[in-house]
Amino acid sequence: MIEVRNLTKAFPDGTLALNDVNVTIPDGDFVAVIGLSGAGKSTFLRCLNRLVDPTSGSILVGGQDVAPLSGRKLQLYRRTVGFVFQQFNLVTRLSVLDNVLHGRLGYHSTFSGMLGLYTEDDYARARDAIRLVGLSEKEDTRVSSLSGGQQQRVAIARAIAQDPQLMLADEPMASLDPRLSDVILGLLRGYNEEKGVSVLINIHVLEHARRYCKNFLAFNRGRLVASGPIADLTSELETEIYAGSLDAL
Amino acid sequence: MTTPLGARYTNARALGVAGVLAALTVVLAVLALGLGAVATPAAQVWAALWGGGDDLTRQLVLDLRLPRVGVSLLCGAMFAASGAMMQGVIRNPLASPDIIGVGAGAGLAATVFLLAWPAAPPGGLPWAALAGAWGGFGLVLLLSREWRGAGGLHPVRLALVGVAVAAALGAVQQLVLVRAPDGLGSALTFLTGTVYGADAGRLLSVLPWALVLLPAALLLSRTLDVLNLGEDLATGLGTRVGPARLLSLGVGVALAGAAVTGAGILGFVGLLAPHLARLLVGAKHGRMLPVSMLLGALLVLAADTLGRALLPPLEVPAGIFTTLVGAPYFLYLLKRTA
Repeated sequence: MIEVRNLTKAFPDGTLALNDVNVTIPDGDFVAVIGLSGAGKSTFLRCLNRLVDPTSGSILVGGQDVAPLSGRKLQLYRRTVGFVFQQFNLVTRLSVLDNVLHGRLGYHSTFSGMLGLYTEDDYARARDAIRLVGLSEKEDTRVSSLSGGQQQRVAIARAIAQDPQLMLADEPMASLDPRLSDVILGLLRGYNEEKGVSVLINIHVLEHARRYCKNFLAFNRGRLVASGPIADLTSELETEIYAGSLDAL
Repeated sequence: MTTPLGARYTNARALGVAGVLAALTVVLAVLALGLGAVATPAAQVWAALWGGGDDLTRQLVLDLRLPRVGVSLLCGAMFAASGAMMQGVIRNPLASPDIIGVGAGAGLAATVFLLAWPAAPPGGLPWAALAGAWGGFGLVLLLSREWRGAGGLHPVRLALVGVAVAAALGAVQQLVLVRAPDGLGSALTFLTGTVYGADAGRLLSVLPWALVLLPAALLLSRTLDVLNLGEDLATGLGTRVGPARLLSLGVGVALAGAAVTGAGILGFVGLLAPHLARLLVGAKHGRMLPVSMLLGALLVLAADTLGRALLPPLEVPAGIFTTLVGAPYFLYLLKRTA
């Protein structure tokens, strides 16, 4: 379970990217995070894995408040949170397997020697993850020769290889052909159902959210303005969520 | 991007490439040891290296020519390793010690040190160069306003500032040399990029640095792989980016500083060798770093040997050849990055 209490993030220029956000996300949830660009979706996800330091508030993940973590404890927490980036963030000159193995890096010292970093267990987990995203036959292929959709699947496999307690995806389909969205969302949903790991996705296309997600969180100028089962996301509510932001533009 | 030569990057391939490069280096070194006013056949050079041959040949080969070849190899390897590490840490294909102010800072500091303190013990020079290397690099970081490193270093801005700072520091160095007393100034011209006149003393002052820093670079290869993932991802995966970056940069800067005291600023070796190595064996630092070092060593030795063989008894500085090859490549990279 994730409990976010009074979460606020102020940037140095005074912008409130997140303004007193309160939300509880049960285990195994599949959540669409919606709102206009700049509404705070991305900052919200990045606070959850602490790529962004919250200004105030608490974030309880599995009973542990991760907001004040630093140093070694923060590293140990981060490795248990999978993150899928919009731009994949893969090393395109390396093979699929090498990239997915990076998901295991948090389990080793950053200063390990030049040989033999990964264990047999790491390889097994990486190969499992690659199988899960259906790329087993591409294991040794260089990522640069894969299509965009395949590259995002590699990135998802890398996050899965982390063996995360929480999976975050920041607009994972935004740089892909729209037709590939079903593949990506289907993979994440399948993983969510099989392992019971909560998944939060920043999503632009509401139609996708409706088809795949259980619940939604709607942000508008840093505030959580609506949340609940995806079925409650009526077109009236939708207009409300987006209209307020449009006025502000 | 397709894989060059249609091959996959494997450990076996890296070993093969490294083997070929090492063999080439040995052959070229033997040839270079035979080159000079008194030409020595390769067989005699080989014999002298293993303690045979007559006294004159041994003296010629071991005492006079070997230091120069040794300095070429070590400094080439160190520049190459330095460039490879900086490209990895800064994640900037244009990074190289001579481009981002490290070499120029080291060169200026070494020049001032030698002129201000001619009687200094030879071991002091690399330390002065090291301080200068950090000074030059620090200046570039400050001017590109990326000193906190919080948002990662901006590739093109860093390179541009680096080029400007390197040019300015180089000009100051030239000025100091011009103003220096006769003789002393010309004795320091090696700092502008040549191994001419490298003697046993210079070899011995560079050697300990190479013996510590080159293995240190190899030990950091896994760390460099991690840094290559970029700040967001590396941090998100739970690795310690800050200390890893600092340590890697420290070794990279020290490599360049020490190399400058041996051979001056050999232009573009730190840029060329790592790029070539990546083409040959891929981007993994565990394979790419050793191959870079071999390529750098080979490159500088080849440049120096060519410079000696081309117009005897005139000697063309090695830095001229490396720059002639490197500058167009830098322009090509600039075009591709922009």
